[in-house]
Amino acid sequence: MRTLLAALLVAAATTAQAQYPNRPVQLIVPWGAGGGTDATARIIGALMEKELKQPFNVVNRTGGSGVVGHDAIARAPADGYTLGLITVEITMMHHVGLTPLTYKDYTPIGLMNADPSGISVRADSPYKSVKDLLAAVKANPGKFKASGTGQGGIWHLAIAGLLKDQGIDPGALPWVPSQGAAPGLQDLVSGGVEVVPCSIPEARAMIDAGKVRALAIMDDNPPALYPNLPTLKKELGTNWKIAAWRVIAAPKGLPADVQKTLAIALKKVYDSKDYKEFMAKQGYGTVWAGPEDTAKFMAASDANLGGALKAVGLAK
Amino acid sequence: MLHAYAQAFALVFDPYVLTVILCSALFGLFVGCIPGLTATMATALLVPITFFMPPVPAVAAIVTATAMAIFSGDIPGALLRIPGTPASAAYTDEAYAMTKKGQAEVALGAGLVFSAIGGLFGTAVMMTSAPALAEIALKFSDYEYFWMVVLGLAGAVFIGNASVLKASMSLLLGLLVACIGLDNPAGYPRFDLGITELKGGVSLIPMMVGMFAVSEILRFVVHMDPPLKLATEKIGNVFKGMWGLLVKYPWPLVRGSALGTVIGIQPGSGADMAAWMSYAMAKKFSKEPEKFGTGHVEGIVEAGAANNSALAGAWIPALVFGIPGDSITAIAIGVLYLKGLNPGPTLFINNPQNIYAIFLVFVLANIIMLPLGWLTIKAAKNVLRLPRNILMPAILLFCIVGSFAINNTVFGVLLTLVFGLLAFVLEENGFPVAPAILGVVLGQMMEENFIKSMIKSDGDVTAFVTRPIAGFLAVSTFIILFWPIGAWLWRRYFSRRNMPVAE
Repeated sequence: MRTLLAALLVAAATTAQAQYPNRPVQLIVPWGAGGGTDATARIIGALMEKELKQPFNVVNRTGGSGVVGHDAIARAPADGYTLGLITVEITMMHHVGLTPLTYKDYTPIGLMNADPSGISVRADSPYKSVKDLLAAVKANPGKFKASGTGQGGIWHLAIAGLLKDQGIDPGALPWVPSQGAAPGLQDLVSGGVEVVPCSIPEARAMIDAGKVRALAIMDDNPPALYPNLPTLKKELGTNWKIAAWRVIAAPKGLPADVQKTLAIALKKVYDSKDYKEFMAKQGYGTVWAGPEDTAKFMAASDANLGGALKAVGLAK
Repeated sequence: MLHAYAQAFALVFDPYVLTVILCSALFGLFVGCIPGLTATMATALLVPITFFMPPVPAVAAIVTATAMAIFSGDIPGALLRIPGTPASAAYTDEAYAMTKKGQAEVALGAGLVFSAIGGLFGTAVMMTSAPALAEIALKFSDYEYFWMVVLGLAGAVFIGNASVLKASMSLLLGLLVACIGLDNPAGYPRFDLGITELKGGVSLIPMMVGMFAVSEILRFVVHMDPPLKLATEKIGNVFKGMWGLLVKYPWPLVRGSALGTVIGIQPGSGADMAAWMSYAMAKKFSKEPEKFGTGHVEGIVEAGAANNSALAGAWIPALVFGIPGDSITAIAIGVLYLKGLNPGPTLFINNPQNIYAIFLVFVLANIIMLPLGWLTIKAAKNVLRLPRNILMPAILLFCIVGSFAINNTVFGVLLTLVFGLLAFVLEENGFPVAPAILGVVLGQMMEENFIKSMIKSDGDVTAFVTRPIAGFLAVSTFIILFWPIGAWLWRRYFSRRNMPVAE
């Protein structure tokens, strides 16, 4: 009801703003209540509320693999009263022809988090290293299956791009689309698929329960949760890395002073003990970039992922 | 273990925790009553509040609020034909038919009492065998889910008392609607007509509110029905006759509770699917299936118990493996991590008092549901005394608010109105709407599990029957589907043999 009230307020209020913000702010999440993006948005919202003394109402606009929510953020009035937590998919979807929207349709405020992809197998799998696994995939094209997100999603791209990078046909490891990492992991444990590339926090409960073994992480450094997990660089000598990230952004054309106010508040939120503790407990990685660096970061991500999507034949 | 339970008692029976339980119970009852606001949404709204609570009250708030919301979703369903949450949709028509017959109190009382019993059943299963059951649930793969969904769809055709042909057509309409959008295994937008909102598909809640409630309002406008007669002198007697029902329907109760728990444990299917399947099962096994759909309490007993037991069942894989059994536990898992109660077998070994405290909260929530639910029903019943020309516009307003709130978009309101009109036309022509809604609930799951299975088996159809659990489910599905035909042939054969002169 609170979100509803806020939405009505936002719709009804005039643009005249004495001192931003002077009324509640809506924070749109393109993903469902309960997921990692939603949880991150809710803690950011709660902490921004403390900083800027106005309610931050988290609103889930789900559906269409994120298209609907990202669209809603881009189309909102650029007055600082509608923000969104945009995700890595914004630099992927337009390459596949799902939406004309790109990262350029937003005013970046700050990068808040990035979770690199891992590679996991069942605990009783004979493959103890990513090298063994890839050799087996290469030797038996089509025999193993992988899952963990929808067709053409970030984790699909992570493994397909790695295979391409290693000179293996991405089609050698067919992708089984799933509604997310949790059903993919369940499928891994039940014997339906053999490989799940997803972020380490997503696989954490299954790793700790002794059901799943992580083989490697697609990042420069091992994750804080499992400092002994090898990086791809160490295992294969490749620079291939990929991460899902989350950025707080506003619609394009946000006034510079509002952007500045928000960026300063967001930096304080990022540095706060509450945020760091929350993210550490969930196992999520924290990375900060201010408005300009976030724009550069998203441009780089767009170029990387676009190239990868083309290379594995997913781009239009 | 006894020591741990003693500690758990101390954790739960603490004034602060008890206050949290009471407040979240009232919150849950309120949310469940409002069409469009679901138990999942109640949980999402509670999350920011639980940030500031210790672990046990944080989890207690979610457990209590959701149990209450699933029950109180029955109230507008029975009184106004608007299911408060999708979990009540399966038997909304039945409960509303009872209200029309002047038996609103029996319908609501059954909803309340058997919800509580179902919830306690699920909790008992969770307390005694959570780790073992979660282990079995992990053995389920897409092949098994596929058969479970087909079983659910087979049931759809038999619910209600419309003709099987018309029910099947309604189901196909639902399956068609389920095809809309981008959330299909190929990730390819279908039937979106170039509208961004339709890329997200048709959300269940605006559709459901439209098909049940808006169509009812249209019917009122067209036919100007006389006001409902309610036996108002029996106020506060919702518990009357419940013992009789318990004695009369012990099997539906046990069956519903057991099926609900099993469905709840399966990741991806929750209280709403449990209610649909057990309602269909109640009719299948009933001695008087012809009474279903005309205001017969048996299906409400079974399905009312099932949706609440599913709620407890969903926590089993969530606690043991961090795998959500439904959308509510998907949110709750985040809260568990946040509070340092990391899901996993270690949770049962390292801090057993916390897990036992969660069990106790489940028991407590289902017990206080009885008095609080009684009060809610008592208050809500007054709604029926309002003149209908005041009540109906107010309901329409609620429908609009609810369908807006689910995704904060006017598009939801539009969907509600369109589906309301569609349902009105369907029902005026004798097509039931419930199968269409079930088609939307299950259509996506069916497609997804079928495609995934086919990818995994490299296009080999026999994989659907060669796994042991899948094979068993396949056989059960075919028996249920072809039972009526088999029975008919059998009767024909015998009547020919015994009465050759009849012709």
